[in-house]
Amino acid sequence: MSAPGYWREIPQRYNLLASRCGVCGDVDFPPRVMCQKCRRESIGRMERVGLSGRGNIVTYSILHTGMPAFSDQKPYVIAIIETEEGPRLTAQIVDCRHDDVKIGANVKSVFRKVNEDGKEGIISYGYKFTLVKE
Amino acid sequence: MNNASGIVSYGYNVPRYRIRAEEIARVWGADGKRISKGLNVIEKSVPGIDEDTATISVEAARMALKRRGIDGKRVGAIFVGSESHPYAVKPTGTIVGEAICASPEFYCADLEFACKAGTAAMQIVHSMVMSGMIEYGLAIGADTSQAAPGDTLEYTASAGGAAFIFGKEGVIANLNTTASFTTDTPDFWRREGAHYPSHGGRFTGEPAYFKHTQGAARMLMEKIGTTPSDYDYAVFHQPNGKFPLEVGRMLGFEKKQLDTGLLSPLIGNTYSGASPLGLCAILDEAKEGQRIFMTSYGSGAGSDAFDFTVTGEIGKVDRKKTLREMIADCERVDYAIYSKMREKLRRD
Repeated sequence: MSAPGYWREIPQRYNLLASRCGVCGDVDFPPRVMCQKCRRESIGRMERVGLSGRGNIVTYSILHTGMPAFSDQKPYVIAIIETEEGPRLTAQIVDCRHDDVKIGANVKSVFRKVNEDGKEGIISYGYKFTLVKE
Repeated sequence: MNNASGIVSYGYNVPRYRIRAEEIARVWGADGKRISKGLNVIEKSVPGIDEDTATISVEAARMALKRRGIDGKRVGAIFVGSESHPYAVKPTGTIVGEAICASPEFYCADLEFACKAGTAAMQIVHSMVMSGMIEYGLAIGADTSQAAPGDTLEYTASAGGAAFIFGKEGVIANLNTTASFTTDTPDFWRREGAHYPSHGGRFTGEPAYFKHTQGAARMLMEKIGTTPSDYDYAVFHQPNGKFPLEVGRMLGFEKKQLDTGLLSPLIGNTYSGASPLGLCAILDEAKEGQRIFMTSYGSGAGSDAFDFTVTGEIGKVDRKKTLREMIADCERVDYAIYSKMREKLRRD
């Protein structure tokens, strides 16, 4: 990823910054400039909100053939997570035994290294998730 | 004007992976039991492939803010001490600032002074709070230290970090005074571009660790007229589990004063995070009125000594989950996995 591309996405990657429509209240992640439901009505009424980082696993998969950036971590878990605020997102589940990952399990976000542009390029940081132990 | 400053909150992060000293010894044909006992280190923490000093710093900083409900925008300074900053040129502190929503109005720099850069950060933000420049300041000591395969350091070089928010209001531990003892002593170093550090073997002991740690500790106690018996807890830099007990004994501290803050037998030497993490373990159980003595050590060389008094505000901190519980929740890896995680395998 280019440095400007990474830089533009820092708020959502670091702090799960989402958008909320001032008309219908829907929350979107990544943030939108216009509500897909309210369209023109939402212009100028979209506000930025941070997601809490808590949610639960909707579904998941264990990847044995990973993307190059994740190949040293295989097998690893990728899950669709429904956040407390509603938006669903895809993220890696880390620091867990694969047997402990279940649909419906509570998770929380953690700050991790996501990618490195080689040994001389930028390091991309962002959210991943861990299981919440009750 | 209130010039007092102290710790308002604290946070910590230790990666969950561990490798036992005996497993490292097995690979290099050494007597693991003897080495483990000699160093007083059972195992050490290992950072995951996706963890580095920035991720550890952010997690520790977020914990510190969250447990007192402090908005990141009120943090006016961030100083991160480490000898393993992810970039040679580009600050770790800016990543932390953005991740806690302190940007853009905060003073920031990365520090390096071997294992004492974190306590140097504490002195800086404490001074800035005292002077009135900032409301809150964040000082972090964190490392993912490296050691050459087979080197003595490999049994201890580990990963972890602690973050402290300094301020004047809601102080849980007043920083009564601090003192530093610094000389030019080449006991441990890493040249630009070198992957692993070099060290002077036994030279890292008497003229380095013991001289500077005792120097700063004695300087501070003489400055304010205290003796070891005035303190409930003491924590020293812990490059292994043996040195801090030995220097504590030399200074006149009893083992029971040192036990709470001694973490290196379980997680190894977290470098810039070492004595700060020991302080966190103490704050996890300290009560109002108790007094804490801390002295760090950084090769090169210098020591920073601190005198803290715990206040009644400590009762307002959420201490349900402790650092020792975080440390206990771990997963052990063998040397092969450890080598992959620490990028010790050549693939070019």
